[in-house]
Parts: sequence; structure tokens; C-alpha cells
Amino acid sequence: MNAKALGLPGRILGVARLSDGAKGATTQRKIARKLPVQKIWSTTALVALQLAVLVGFVVLWEVAAEFKIIDPFFWSQPSSIWSTLVIFLTQGDAFTDIAFTFRSTIFGFIIGTTGGAVLGMSFWWSRNYAQIVQPYIICLESIPKLALAPLIVLVFGMGLSSKVATATALTVVVSTLTAYAGVQAVDRDQERLFYSLGASRWQVFKKLVVPSCIPWIVSILRVNIGLALTGSIVGEFVSSQHGLGRTILYAGSTYEISLVWVAVLILSALSMVMYVTVAWLEKVLRKGVVH
Amino acid sequence: MAVPDQTIPTHPAVEIQGVTLNYFTPDRETLALANVSLTVEQGEFVAIVGSSGCGKSTLLSLVSGLLPPSRGSIRIDGKEVAKPSPRVGYMFQKDTLLEWRTIIDNVLIGAELLGIDKIVARRRAEDLLVRYGLGDFLHSLPGQLSGGMRQRAALARTLCCEPDLLLLDEPFSALDYQTRLALSDEVAGILSAERKTVILVTHDIGEAISMANRVIVMSRRPGRIKSERKTDFPSFGPTRPTPFQARKCSEFANYFQTIWDELDIHQIH
Repeated sequence: MNAKALGLPGRILGVARLSDGAKGATTQRKIARKLPVQKIWSTTALVALQLAVLVGFVVLWEVAAEFKIIDPFFWSQPSSIWSTLVIFLTQGDAFTDIAFTFRSTIFGFIIGTTGGAVLGMSFWWSRNYAQIVQPYIICLESIPKLALAPLIVLVFGMGLSSKVATATALTVVVSTLTAYAGVQAVDRDQERLFYSLGASRWQVFKKLVVPSCIPWIVSILRVNIGLALTGSIVGEFVSSQHGLGRTILYAGSTYEISLVWVAVLILSALSMVMYVTVAWLEKVLRKGVVH
Repeated sequence: MAVPDQTIPTHPAVEIQGVTLNYFTPDRETLALANVSLTVEQGEFVAIVGSSGCGKSTLLSLVSGLLPPSRGSIRIDGKEVAKPSPRVGYMFQKDTLLEWRTIIDNVLIGAELLGIDKIVARRRAEDLLVRYGLGDFLHSLPGQLSGGMRQRAALARTLCCEPDLLLLDEPFSALDYQTRLALSDEVAGILSAERKTVILVTHDIGEAISMANRVIVMSRRPGRIKSERKTDFPSFGPTRPTPFQARKCSEFANYFQTIWDELDIHQIH
């Protein structure tokens, strides 16, 4: 009756129920016990396989280039990348370039993050001021800031400051918006508590708003370090005398593809080091300040 | 009833006279409170009940000096309220503890903001926390405490500045039922021992009857005082029962029924 009401073929349901009764139940239990359990390999095995993938990839690349399956003129090959790396690190002014890019990234990161945080938190002081400025911040957010790089280099010159400026331009808006989100999330009752204890606005800002916003600001550090690096490289692309970005551009235009790869490799290593450092910094800040 | 150790002529603790409050938003004006008058004597525990949005919390904001009334006057100890004063302690529904400060530093926030002597305040804060069973948690962060413990820490923070008047804005409503009963018992004991004047705002009729000497019923918006009655428990004897004992007295059910009828809760549409 139920089956009919549900519009199911009653006869088939009936048959299944009659003949399979008890057997069906045991089968079902067996199926239920076979939940998909994934076997997890040991860490050593996983690391070994990860390395195998890398080695396999490098060997494949080398062999393919050797037998002209891919054109080594455009793609280069691991062996020549290696020898270029050795030359670059021992003979060229590799460390000037690395230091240049590193410096502009770090400066841009610090200026952009703190500047944005200060600007974002300043919106707490006046809702009217926040209302007036906010549309412009959102406009800035929507501008592809890298498109402004040529202009920035024109204004700030070919030196370090223009790279710092592009890195700052990329990080400052995100920081501002995040800090402002933190301001908006400040607990209204905690604010009332402070005022009921006779706190001045400056005390509320210093002892409530800033500490409340810190977790928000900490959360963008990792994003910002990547953005800052992108900003300084693009700044170097436009015009520069030093830096890894300039090395890539120069090597590309002279068809020294191995050198392009070398610079990209060093850049990746640099990025990784900075990312890990910032992640560690974030952990320390979260422990010390937030919890 | 004059407090014995007071030498100056005693004023009522709080005098609210003809207070009206209009809210202005860009598109309209809302009358939140209409002509509210209420006097609270020194050492009295008054509860205000009303349905949500009746303006009872707003009334506390006015008494605390966070909001100025549109019309009427509010006096504390005979002095017009102009701005928040450290003599008035305010407790909220949420414990509003600062997550990045230890419990002791949370309790000391008032002293810090008022620039009170740190050493004296610290001793008092430690003393209060030990008495409220938080002695082992002085240097814990709020996140490590249960809801009831957090609210006790918030009470310690409020009392650390030694206020004469306490404004409690539904301080137990975020807690589970058992904790709420236990904590309201504790708090009533602490406050009557310290002879504080208290105004408690709540939507919990039972809490109001069992804790307060007097229960004020407020009407729906615009908030007006609809009725007020003293809650006495002659069946218990000459002393005041604790909130928990009060709930078991025969008078409790009668008060509950009367106030329930006055609140008109069934008329909500």
C-alpha cells in the first residue's frame, strides 16, 4: 500500500522483501562494513615518492631535450641550468640582485601592511570619514595595480624606491580593507563597557580597537609577503639596474633561457624562505598577542 | 531606610523623573521611553521586566550616562547624571571579557582606565577572584573558562572599582539554566553582603521575583512603567530567602502569575 502510494512498482518491492528477507539484511551489513578506508603510506615512502617525481621530471626533461623532443633553445635543459646556476652564484653579482629584490620586497611588505593597518583602523574614529574614503579604497582595490607600475617607475625613478612603491601599492589596499573589517567587528558591548568605565576615545582605541584588529592584520601577513614579492619583480621588469626580476627580463631578451630558469629558481627559494618566516612570525604573534 | 554609616542627608540612590527618549534615524523617529519615573532607595534591589524591545536596557544606558535622555532628569545620589561615572558599575548580557588579557588583567581594566593605584586595585582584584572561586585562574585567558566562570570574572571586574550602584543588563541570560540559577544565588548573596544598590533588567520573571525586593513591569514600546510591586516572602520567615529558596515559597507562584498577566506576552502577533 505504501509502495503504491509512493508510486513504486509494488510487486517488485514485495518480491524482494519476501525472498531476500534475512539474507538481504546480512548482505547489507557486509556492505556497510566495507566503508572506503584509505591506506595511508608511511612518511618515508611518501617522501621517497615525492623525490622520485622530481627526479623523474628532471630526467625526462633532460632526455627530451637531449633527443630534441623539445627544443632546448626555448626550454633549456637541467644540465645547462645547473652549470648556469653555478656560474651565476660564483661569478656574477648574484647576491647584489638577490639582496635588491629581497630588500624592496621587505620594505614594501612592511610599509604596505603597517600603512594599510593604520589607515584601516583610522576609520574607527569617524563614521563619516570612513563613508567618504571607503569608495576610493574600493576603487583602488579594483584597479589592477600592476598596470600602474610604469607610472610608478616614472615618478619614483629607476632605483629601489620605485620597487618598494609597487610592492606597497599591491599590499596596502588589502591591508586597509582587512583592518577595517576588524574595526567593524569590534564588539559593541565591549565598547560600551569601556565608555561606562569612563574611558576616553583614545583609551578605547588603544586598549580595545587595536588589540581586536591584530588577529585580522596577522591573518593577511602571508598573503602580503607574496604580493610584495610580485610587486617588486614587476617594478624591476619595468625598469631596473638590479634585482632578480631584471635578471629574468635581461636573460629572456638575450635568449639565455637557462639564466631565466636560474633566476626563477632563486626567486622561488627566496619566496619560500620569506613565506616560512612570515608563517612563523604569524604563529608567534598569535600565541603572544592573541592567545 | 537610611544607611547607618551615612552622615550627609541621604538622597535616593537613583531618581528617574519624567524621562522620555526619542531615537532618531535618518528615516524616522522612534519613541523608546515615554515619561518614565522611578525611584530606587539606597541598598535596594530593583528588577525591571518587560518584553524584548520595550526599552528596559535603554533605561539602564540612560542611568549609566552613556545616553542622554530627550526629556526628564536622572539623578544618582541627588546629582544629575551627565556622563559615565566609576561609581556606577555596568554588567552586560555578554561577559565582554577581553580575550587577549588574562583574567586578573581583565578585572583590572577599570582601575587601569581610571588611573587608580595599581597595587591596591590588584590586591582587591585578587581578593575578589579568590572569593568567587577563580583563584586558580588569575593568569588564565578567558577562553579557558566556562560561561559561568567568565560571568563571575565579569562581576569581579564590575565590583573591583567599588561602585555604589550596579546596573545589570540581563547578566545571566547567556548561561545555561542550571548555571543561571546557581550564579544568581551567588550574585544575590554577594550583592546583599556588600549592600549595593542594584537595578537588574531581565526578561526572566522568575529571576526578577526571586532576586529583587521590588519588581517593575514595563509595557511594550514606547516603554512605560506599567506596575511595580514589592516581593515579600512572609511564609519564609523574617529574613529574605535566597533566590533559590524564594522560588520554592508559596508567594512565588502568585507573583509569577500576576506579572505574567501584566506582561501580555500572549498578545504578541
